Amino acid sequence: MMRIAEALQAFQPHRGDAIVVPGRGGRFWTGLTGNERLDVPLGDPAMGGHAGFALGLALAQPQRKVVLFDSEGDILMSLGMLTTIAEQAPANFYHFLLDNEVYATTGGQPVPNAKNIAYDIIARGAGYPRAFAFDELDAFTRELPGIVDKPGPVFVALKVYPEIENEPIGRRRRWQTRTRDKVLTDLRDELGMGGQSAPRP
Amino acid sequence: MNDAAAVSLSPETVLREMKNNGVADVVWLPDSETNWLYLLMQADPDLRLVGVSREGHACSIAAGLAAGGRKPLILIQNTGMLESGDSIRGWLLGLNVGVVLMVGYRGWTRHGITTDTAATYTERFLMAFGLNYYLVESDADAERITAAFAEAGRTQRPVVVLVGDEYHGFNR
Repeated sequence: MMRIAEALQAFQPHRGDAIVVPGRGGRFWTGLTGNERLDVPLGDPAMGGHAGFALGLALAQPQRKVVLFDSEGDILMSLGMLTTIAEQAPANFYHFLLDNEVYATTGGQPVPNAKNIAYDIIARGAGYPRAFAFDELDAFTRELPGIVDKPGPVFVALKVYPEIENEPIGRRRRWQTRTRDKVLTDLRDELGMGGQSAPRP
Repeated sequence: MNDAAAVSLSPETVLREMKNNGVADVVWLPDSETNWLYLLMQADPDLRLVGVSREGHACSIAAGLAAGGRKPLILIQNTGMLESGDSIRGWLLGLNVGVVLMVGYRGWTRHGITTDTAATYTERFLMAFGLNYYLVESDADAERITAAFAEAGRTQRPVVVLVGDEYHGFNR
């Protein structure tokens, strides 16, 4: 297993000008990012939707890589989304999974069948052309350049240590540095959209 | 306009309204009203269809498309809208996405007693979420679709078009 921050640290040098949707890795990514205005840390608008949001971004901005750090709780809630992503097959979509085997934000209860799910196989079965799984940081770090240098969609499952939050939500340290409105405004400005629609595909 | 056009909603009309309002991405799940529309959309090179397997997925995808500068349309049935409550809350209302949801109104009738509970709860659901909506039953109502797009753009909130034409022209 690896720590979430270690996995994100390993990815950071390969980020380039990609849009990053950090999902539940947001609180760790905030201190690592080199380009906050291309980050889309939304917290948790509604569970299970990060992959759909990132897919929409990837379809809207086909010339730019979109990198998502998803969670296994989110994926389990929306397994069918994998088939939609695979059907659309955006070549700029890089789907990383932070699998800690638990619902970390609710106290660490296990997700169903936590230790016996092969998410990379599920992704491949849903139609992703490439899918990987890593338990150890060294192997992930070694293989990562070859993964992000090739076209997507690609799925990369990472086993990470649970970093459990047991504080009531109202007492947790707020890691977000921007409101959601500011996040989306910054992104549009950085993409040079200036309120205009993106070109047709 | 002949009598048939006055009492039914043609898929051609719906497609024209979509395109006139700048839609190039349709995020959708089939329902009992939309097969002929699907065939038309599929044949249109300017439209991208994003098929989902559960209606709530359409909300987060549409939010991402909108964040990236596109103007999506969500095309689902009322049963799926009922299922999608949390996604509508979090991904559409929460992110101020001015998107139109075209929702097949299963069970809608102007006559007799509605026995389909999908219809019973549809407008109650919309009112509970504070979502404005327009009922479209025939081609004569087409301008309501444009009104919905205008409202969504102006308010940056989701707006619903209820398609109350099951078993009629919309499905041929």
